[in-house]
Amino acid sequence: MVVTCEQVWQEVSNYLEGGVEPELRIAMEGHIRQCKRCASVLEGMRNVVELYGDDQLVRAPLGFSWRLRWKLAQAMPSRRGTAFGWLVAVAALGLIVGSLTVANSSARSQPASLSEHAQPGQRVPGDLVVLVAAHSKIFHVAGCAFIHDKAGGIQSMRAGQAIQAGYVPCVRCLGQYLSNVAGMVIKKHAWVLA
Amino acid sequence: MAMLMMVEGTSSVNEPVGPLEARQRELIRRVQNGEPEKFYELIRPFERRVYAAAFSILRNPSDAEDAAQEAILKAFANLRQFRGEARFSTWLIQIAVNEARMRRRKDHADVMEPIGEREDAEGVYTPRDFADWQEVPSEALERKEVRELLLEALASLGSKYREVFVLRDVQHLSIEETSEMLGISAASVKTRLLRARLMLRDLLAPKLSGGWFSRLGFQKGSKPW
Repeated sequence: MVVTCEQVWQEVSNYLEGGVEPELRIAMEGHIRQCKRCASVLEGMRNVVELYGDDQLVRAPLGFSWRLRWKLAQAMPSRRGTAFGWLVAVAALGLIVGSLTVANSSARSQPASLSEHAQPGQRVPGDLVVLVAAHSKIFHVAGCAFIHDKAGGIQSMRAGQAIQAGYVPCVRCLGQYLSNVAGMVIKKHAWVLA
Repeated sequence: MAMLMMVEGTSSVNEPVGPLEARQRELIRRVQNGEPEKFYELIRPFERRVYAAAFSILRNPSDAEDAAQEAILKAFANLRQFRGEARFSTWLIQIAVNEARMRRRKDHADVMEPIGEREDAEGVYTPRDFADWQEVPSEALERKEVRELLLEALASLGSKYREVFVLRDVQHLSIEETSEMLGISAASVKTRLLRARLMLRDLLAPKLSGGWFSRLGFQKGSKPW
């Protein structure tokens, strides 16, 4: 069996899928060994499949999971006595404490701030994922309107790491954010705190 | 609702159930029986895939996030209808694809037809004659500009090619699942997949071939073909 370049191009995708008959496969392989153009087509297609098949290609935006969970939490019925309800309540209390301490943070036992005018943050939830813009000295929560220099790149890290590195919380976004979250969560699961 | 019902009757899964699938079934049962919070655990492994499916169709991160969220909320609201006749991941991706397609239609995003949209899918596509495209290391994807280049090339395809390519080569669905999800024949899936792969190869080879990753601004060093 002899195949032409056109036949190879028509079947090269099926060939990669292992979906061609043995006789055609052998003929294609014989052709490709002799034909530089068809070899290039096969190799190129193989690269395409490999590159696009990689999990790293499309990455969800920062904070995607968190925002999704928040939307789901809003869609879920509040149920008295569930472990989830208690967890939410505890998280809400943590957020309240965090929001209050952000606004009233003092310099005790803090590493040197990157900004001489900044108020260091204490007892901000250490696991909170925050964002730091390049050349910035302040950390923010996702969606903060006060993140400057976004073009220089934004890095995510835990609040605890940010504080250790000398960054300080953005009082505007963190204070407002934490208060809002706490307020909404408490409203939804008020029975837990009653 | 019709969208959700359509998937129920497709892709019968009679294969042996592995531990991951068994865990999924257990979580589905628990959500259906009144433990909604288990839904977080159920969808966690698929969040990125749902987003990727929406992004590939809408080509905009913000729209994709909205569509992905909506799809997952719909999956949560309609989980009682899921009876395990299709894989949960396939069911979820189907909802995301439908949501994204619906939003795209609403936004008339295809007023400007991308590459290949007007061409006849049954026609012969002649791949361009390049020099060898050497193997590209998977580490290349760690480079932001390579990822952007790949997404840009994908976005430039016509939607009928992009959808098939995304479901088969990005989401790793089978030809049959892709065919059922898009409501087209398996032969059409294969034809569109061939065309999409060839077009992407033609778009990317000039930019990614020839030791590109040793250069700093490889876009500037494209081969002159």
